[in-house]
Amino acid sequence: MTNLDYVRSHFPILDQEVNEHPLVYLDSAATSQKPKSVIEALEDYYKRYNSNVHRGVHTLGSHATDGYEGAREKVKNFINASSIKETIFMRGTTTALNTVAYSYARTNLSEGDEIVLTLMEHHSNIIPWQQAAKATGATLKYLPLQEDGTISLEDVREMVTEKTKIVAMAHVSNVLGTINPIKEVAQIAHENDAVIVVDGAQSVPHMRVDVQELDVDFYAFSAHKMCGPTGVGVLYGKQSLLEEMEPVEFGGEMIDFVELYDSTWKDLPWKFEGGTPIIAGAIGLGAAIDYLNEIGMDQIEKHEHELVQYALEQMNTIDGIIIYGPKERAGLVTFNLDDVHPHDLATALDSLGIAVRAGHHCAQPLMKHLQVAATARASFYMYNSKQDVDVFVEGLKKAKEYFGDVF
Amino acid sequence: MSFNNLDTLYRQVIMDHYKNPRNRGQLEGDHITVELNNPTCGDRIDLQLKVENGVVRDAKYEGEGCSISMASASMMTQVIIDKPIEDALKISEMFSDMMLGKEMEGYEFDIDSLGDIQALQGVSKFPARIKCATLAWKAMEQGVEKDDKQGS
Repeated sequence: MTNLDYVRSHFPILDQEVNEHPLVYLDSAATSQKPKSVIEALEDYYKRYNSNVHRGVHTLGSHATDGYEGAREKVKNFINASSIKETIFMRGTTTALNTVAYSYARTNLSEGDEIVLTLMEHHSNIIPWQQAAKATGATLKYLPLQEDGTISLEDVREMVTEKTKIVAMAHVSNVLGTINPIKEVAQIAHENDAVIVVDGAQSVPHMRVDVQELDVDFYAFSAHKMCGPTGVGVLYGKQSLLEEMEPVEFGGEMIDFVELYDSTWKDLPWKFEGGTPIIAGAIGLGAAIDYLNEIGMDQIEKHEHELVQYALEQMNTIDGIIIYGPKERAGLVTFNLDDVHPHDLATALDSLGIAVRAGHHCAQPLMKHLQVAATARASFYMYNSKQDVDVFVEGLKKAKEYFGDVF
Repeated sequence: MSFNNLDTLYRQVIMDHYKNPRNRGQLEGDHITVELNNPTCGDRIDLQLKVENGVVRDAKYEGEGCSISMASASMMTQVIIDKPIEDALKISEMFSDMMLGKEMEGYEFDIDSLGDIQALQGVSKFPARIKCATLAWKAMEQGVEKDDKQGS
């Protein structure tokens, strides 16, 4: 990052003390902080042109429609979708994955079919498939993890067969930081006539994602982890697949003609956006994408890579630390320290102004695999500095000392 | 860089209960079992109660969690053994109030007479940790309710 102070100056929230210490925010994998431009875009919408979209002929309504549809265009370009028909606004990654599991999976699966997942999935990329499997008689299969928390393409080739109809996996693990070889997995899935569904919640905010280059069929992500507001996210789907799918929500906004006993749907992408859409949220996401483009995704990725490698190096100097996941990873580190429970550790760090996550990270099957009940996690974003890492590592050492004494 | 207020939370007696838990284990014979977890963080308690004629005769627990949740479970079992259900529930309510930071005055029981639970008073200053402290008590309330349904 060329000028970290410049980046940090865009995030008003970072400039504060927590528990009488300067805030060190290391929980961006849970939700990122928001730059001024995003906060202002939301304010601007509510102050100047709040209105419903796609209806009415008044000026504010068309301004709001331009804002909303303009944001869609930005999303399309950001992930390089081939058309705006392929980018649907949804509440977030969870809703997007559920939509695929509901609409696509329930129509296309039958008894004997298989859904292939990995052991590192977030609950939101497990439970929708469990439900789809129960409803259709399909079977779930889990790709095993290697010692270092990666999957092997050998295993993928072995497990994905002509029985496989869906392969679903995270692009980046929210616990291990593992970056999965999506392009290669997509190819294997397609060779077997299966579709690939990707949970992109931890990837899109931190690296350049090109859905056409990856050749993914569905790809889901959330705005709030990429500098945008909560309550909005995106489902990308290949047009040919989305066209065949039925909407999940029915009502206003998504219809073409409504008669007493039957109705027809609007074209893509609107047929999946029943009800008044997430107008402010989408506009905020558009502003977030502008911001990410201004900083540059390659820059962000490079900065986080340096930070996480530095963090790993520093953390490894602490006796009794256990770090989960591979060396080459996205910008997060999940760990345990001696016998100190992660909640106790997180409370101690919080009293130093350092925000980390502690718990099962919505990945209970993975915790079970790692044979831990809980872990702590530090996650980085473009606004974190080496100094943040130093303060954090110093905090870990102090916590170790403190609990070593009191325990 | 120094810990702010951390000692108000991690009192020596809490650490003692965490390291040397009382009543940890499995009850033999007839008893009620309640398994409760805190889905947001993964803390888990498996509480067993032996209730006879409306009195808690014995209590044991197993589980995993942070020092606050496990110490609270240990302290809770010590306090409720040999107490009538009615009293155990009143103490549980009192404990909830304590977690909300209320003054421990004007209650039927004197907080000082309730084993070590007073040591958990500092938890009220750490809102994110209140659920850790109350997990075992919620399990106890559910267990007692179960007894009510089975017993009558």
